[in-house]
Amino acid sequence: MNNVKTGKSSLFLLLLAGAMMLGTLYLIFMWVPTEKNLGISQRIFYIHVPVAWVGFLAFFFVLTGSIGYLFAVKSSNNQALMSAKSWDRFAYSAAEIGVLFMTLMLISGILWAKPVWGVWWTWDPRLSTSLILWLTYVAYLMLRAYSYNEDQSARYSAILGIAGFINVPIVYLSIVWWRTVHPQVLVGPAASGSLDPSMRMVLLAATATFTVLFIYLLVERMSLQKSEEQMEMIQGLGRTE
Amino acid sequence: MVSFWHTILALVWKDVLLEIRTKDIMISILSFAILSLLILNFALKPSPKTASVIAPGILWVAFTFAGVLGLARTFALEKDQGNLVGLMLAPVSGEALYLGKMLANLMFMLIAELALLPIFAVLFNMSPFQPAFLLVVFVATVGFAAVGTLFSAIGVNTRSRDIMLPVLFLPLVVPVIISAVVASSIALDRGPWVDMVKWIQLMLVFDILAVVLSALAFDQVLRE
Amino acid sequence: MNTEDRGGSYAISIRALSKTFGSEMAIRKLDLTVSWGDFLVIFGPNGAGKTTLIKILSTITSPTNGEVSIAGFDLKSDSSLIRRNIGVVSHQSQLYQDLSAIENLRFHGKMFSVPGLENRIMEVADIVGIKSILDHKTSVLSHGMQKRVSIARAILHDPPIMLLDEPETSLDQEALSVLKNAINQSERGQRTVLMVTHSLERGWALGDRIAILARGNIVYENNTASLDQSTVIEIYNDLVGRS
Repeated sequence: MNNVKTGKSSLFLLLLAGAMMLGTLYLIFMWVPTEKNLGISQRIFYIHVPVAWVGFLAFFFVLTGSIGYLFAVKSSNNQALMSAKSWDRFAYSAAEIGVLFMTLMLISGILWAKPVWGVWWTWDPRLSTSLILWLTYVAYLMLRAYSYNEDQSARYSAILGIAGFINVPIVYLSIVWWRTVHPQVLVGPAASGSLDPSMRMVLLAATATFTVLFIYLLVERMSLQKSEEQMEMIQGLGRTE
Repeated sequence: MVSFWHTILALVWKDVLLEIRTKDIMISILSFAILSLLILNFALKPSPKTASVIAPGILWVAFTFAGVLGLARTFALEKDQGNLVGLMLAPVSGEALYLGKMLANLMFMLIAELALLPIFAVLFNMSPFQPAFLLVVFVATVGFAAVGTLFSAIGVNTRSRDIMLPVLFLPLVVPVIISAVVASSIALDRGPWVDMVKWIQLMLVFDILAVVLSALAFDQVLRE
Repeated sequence: MNTEDRGGSYAISIRALSKTFGSEMAIRKLDLTVSWGDFLVIFGPNGAGKTTLIKILSTITSPTNGEVSIAGFDLKSDSSLIRRNIGVVSHQSQLYQDLSAIENLRFHGKMFSVPGLENRIMEVADIVGIKSILDHKTSVLSHGMQKRVSIARAILHDPPIMLLDEPETSLDQEALSVLKNAINQSERGQRTVLMVTHSLERGWALGDRIAILARGNIVYENNTASLDQSTVIEIYNDLVGRS
């Protein structure tokens, strides 16, 4: 009953994401005009930016899930205690997918940097902050893997999830200031500035597409986790008989 | 309120006593920091001209890695002898336990850093004993101790605890490291205070957030 | 603090307690009450959940489900108040090996805000028989001596309730009577004790009520006065054998 319903809505999301992706790919590679300064390579922009946006959104979800978990687990009513598990699953799934999207963002950033500026890496504040964020959430996944039990894993990673997110503006600010001290470091991608309306539209379309894809992956991952937990519980009950 | 601070004092004193007996943490921090300084010196080969540019960075690399080592030891000690349980059994709040440990860690790190400065001064021909630079060292170390105490407690309770603390700690203290290096640079060059102020302010904001949030979260870390 | 004016009729009251670790249920729907002044000994094989039970009662581990009330205080909301009222002795000494016995006691005394600490330490040292080694570094003390210091630490704040996790291991006969003595010597009257162990003989000698814990549940309870040891051994093997 429950699973059939989720099954139907995930299928819908998958089809929707698929359709949107096809449409967006067409727009990116066939429709939108080539940017005059940077040439064809600029088209990565339409993947790099949406993927970065989704990465940040994912980590915002991790923050939400972590806060939700910590509040739920402290309360004394049973309803809240049950929801604690869901918050935890939400945070964990979002972190996994977030790391995935962040990795794509970093790779697309590197691929873009080489043809445009001739170097693989620049200390662009946004790219650098993303790298630090990526490292923080990889640490999050490690913490999950190395905890001794689920309770611990949920609590500890909730703390890291909150700390990591709060750190983002501070990291960003410190790197921005740092770059004004070291002007000889190469400049990064220019601020979006004024985009041609057609480009802006494609960017929005791509962002929407990747967001839908993200939601689909998130829903699927969460339900998979729930099934894994149920499996373990059944196995556990079986073992102690 | 008074008993809150009494408890913290008792906790700090306990760590001080232990340190006086074993000298465990200070020796770890100092020896590792000195080795780092030397190795970085050989690896980067600073000339007298470049020394003043590179020196602050080298110093903070040494402080950071040695600091991580020291921070990891303080909780390993508690865990190994079952004393973490002893602390948990006391009718003392998580905040008090956190502050007690954090202040002890802060003290040990500061003492080790101060001991390191003369060596630094000699190797790089710098004069670090000035108020502005010392202020930078203090504010940055508070940040290290604040974050390090929380995540050391987390790390010690997981598998592979030796690697967990650095992995958790380093990405989080990046803003402190950046600020400390730039501000140190300005301070050691006797640059204008106005240039340094914003870095110190950034570190202060970080410190306050870190201490407050860690103190509140500490109970969750200890209890199973 | 007189035991009589404590709120609630039981020193320890446990209802439908469960504890799950991942997929394993260490404690299942356990019900237990301990009256004020009782000395309850819980026997159980390894893995039955003895240590988990003690950890939950001493507020170190939180239960998955169920209600626990100790000295009239609810475990979930007033754990700090509970900690003031319990003294715990477990197999880890919880002593700093590099500090002397008296330094360890002073530290714990401060953590528990024990009034008149120095005098109290001397008092307790007398009861437990460690006066001569107070200034010795803990690491040079024998295991048995360290256990005595642990006991001293546990009664330092004069708790009305004691939780003992297999305390009789590494204690010889003399030290065992020291333990019994220490537990009994209290201005507030008889202490309430809950002890878990896997040694029937030792535990039998100390308690006035016994219970058997198997596979996370209490399967048998009775007074020691109305039974003899061999009967209990039979019952124990029967119940535990069945798992």
